[in-house]
Amino acid sequence: MSTIADRLIEDTGLRRGVSRLTPEKIEKVFKELVAGECGARLKTYVETCVRCGMCAKACHYYMSHKDPSYTPVAKVSQTMWRLLAAGGRVDPQVIYECAQIAYTECNLCRRCIHYCPLGIDTGYIISVVRRLCHKLGCTPQYIQDTAHSHSATLNQMWVKDDEWPDTLQWQEDEAREEFPGLRIPLDVEGADFMYSVIAPEPKFRTQLIYQAAAIFNAAGVSWTMPATPGWDNSNMAMFTGDSEIMSRVERAHYETAQRLRVKRIVMGECGHAFRAVYDVANRWLGWKWHPVPVVHSVEFFWELIQQGRIKLTHKYADPVTIHDPCNIIRGRGLMDKLREVVHFLCENVVEMSPNREHNYCCCAGGGVINCGPPFKNVRIVGNSIKAEQLKATGVHTLVAPCHNCHGGLEDIISKFGLGMHTKFLGDLIYELMEKPEAE
Amino acid sequence: MHALYDLAVGPLAWLAFAVFILGSVYRLLSMRALAFKKDGAFVAYISWPHAIKSLAHWFTPFGALGWKENPGVTAATFIFHICLFLVPLFLMGHIVLFDTFRGWSWPALPDGAADTLAIVVVVICAYFLWRRVSVPEVRFVTGPQDILVVSLVGLTFLTGVLAYHRIGDNLLVTTLHILCGEAMLIAIPFTRLSHMLFAVFSRGYIASEFGSVRHAKDW
Ligand code: SF4
Ligand code: SF4
Ligand code: SF4
Repeated sequence: MSTIADRLIEDTGLRRGVSRLTPEKIEKVFKELVAGECGARLKTYVETCVRCGMCAKACHYYMSHKDPSYTPVAKVSQTMWRLLAAGGRVDPQVIYECAQIAYTECNLCRRCIHYCPLGIDTGYIISVVRRLCHKLGCTPQYIQDTAHSHSATLNQMWVKDDEWPDTLQWQEDEAREEFPGLRIPLDVEGADFMYSVIAPEPKFRTQLIYQAAAIFNAAGVSWTMPATPGWDNSNMAMFTGDSEIMSRVERAHYETAQRLRVKRIVMGECGHAFRAVYDVANRWLGWKWHPVPVVHSVEFFWELIQQGRIKLTHKYADPVTIHDPCNIIRGRGLMDKLREVVHFLCENVVEMSPNREHNYCCCAGGGVINCGPPFKNVRIVGNSIKAEQLKATGVHTLVAPCHNCHGGLEDIISKFGLGMHTKFLGDLIYELMEKPEAE
Repeated sequence: MHALYDLAVGPLAWLAFAVFILGSVYRLLSMRALAFKKDGAFVAYISWPHAIKSLAHWFTPFGALGWKENPGVTAATFIFHICLFLVPLFLMGHIVLFDTFRGWSWPALPDGAADTLAIVVVVICAYFLWRRVSVPEVRFVTGPQDILVVSLVGLTFLTGVLAYHRIGDNLLVTTLHILCGEAMLIAIPFTRLSHMLFAVFSRGYIASEFGSVRHAKDW
């Protein structure tokens, strides 16, 4: 049987991190972590897992590779159990192996929870392994770069403080050719909502900001974007296990919304950012619920549609299928609203199977795509099950309201020659809506 | 052998029940204390209505995705656990023992039915052991403790069946049966058999998170 040791991939960050370790140091950090940050959840999970293997079929990696070492329980057995059995005193190479599993072979997608009778949260256990690797300084190079960026700039992509308003103004200028009265309001205190995006939007996907502005303009809502750091809602530090930076980023995000005295935060189409803001970092900061209400754009678009604020010139005619992003479906229960929005926009919707809470992850999530090129092939091949699922729908348009999903799905679409295009809801709404000032 | 039998039905039985009950209470209470001490940010979301709704799905055969996708294991698991509780609690032989020693008694299963159910448990234990060694994803994560606890359960029922059918030296087989059963009781709080104590809570907890934070199903 193969194990993680048989498929190690060279990564500069991991290699350098591991070279600085000794078994004594690993033991010390591991013991501190378990004593300091872990409690009844980890203990119960580790002791009561009956090693039944029922969770195997939950995981797209296992379903794609059919290799037992990729099952959820095997990922835990090759990392946490192994560390616990050794009291944390392991060879540095073991940390390399743990890091490769934890960062690149689990998307923290939580699908396995639907398969485990005991409700064991493998994603949580894997997050603890990541936390250990972070504390030991062993993280894949690419994702660590984004965590550094969060640390230095509070955004994921090293966007500098002046580049941010510049980019927004540039998008506003462009959009004013099409919609003369359009504004991208900056730092408007007391607006109804603060719109927040992930840093790849100003960096590479500026058209998404353009489209959002066009939609909000047409809908006639009161909104603003912040002019200062705190605008980025993504949080790669959450995925490297760097809880300290994670919470700094999130605190800045919420405090920016509070400074602007907005009623709520509307988040762009990214499942991961949503997870950080809604489910993870708030708890680390000690907020049971959010100091400013937050909604994902799926829910926000749904509201606009309910209120009749978005009118279409026509519906999208080609058949489409819906990808359910784990972090807003299993993570927020937006499956019905997502469907209502897509049905509002499209004439013909072909469902994938399984779908809704039982969807297969795109295999990009949980920071896996952010670990960069060294791990790309494994991630794509590890999702052939998704490719089969997509192919079975026979459609050419895939709606996926999550940036990470887009990245991952585009990769499998090209690798498996599926001839599909992925679209954001924003793409579709912009394309189909009545554009008020567009004479 | 008689001395051992007397020890097994007397002091050892007391000991086994005491360890099982006190050990279980201790494990549950100490886990609860640990959860309140260290997992505050998670305990805060516990919601029994969500937990109960989810547990109802998970206690229904094929009522959750994991059960549907693993039909063989599911059927075996349900039948196994039902028999595991029915047989020892409602076996005439056991009730007679309680009646003799403590004066407690309650209705029993017909002997033939109890016998069949006990054989079913033995067969399913054999199936579980077979899975442990021959199904790759199970073998990958199987350790000695997993084999041990399944064997312990299997042996308890096997010796029970043998004793009932008077196969082998009756005193020896009966004594072995009692000793295995006692070992099983003692093992419950301290091995993976502890899933008997924790399953409702681990499932209930994740159901609460899914229900109250994430507004999604966990079945
Ligand atoms: S399904 Fe649950 S109990 Fe079974 S091996 Fe997987 S994690 Fe462990
Ligand atoms: S990738 Fe998803 S299904 Fe697989 S182990 Fe991780 S959380 Fe579970
Ligand atoms: S990228 Fe999308 S499908 Fe993948 S884990 Fe994230 S939300 Fe889920």
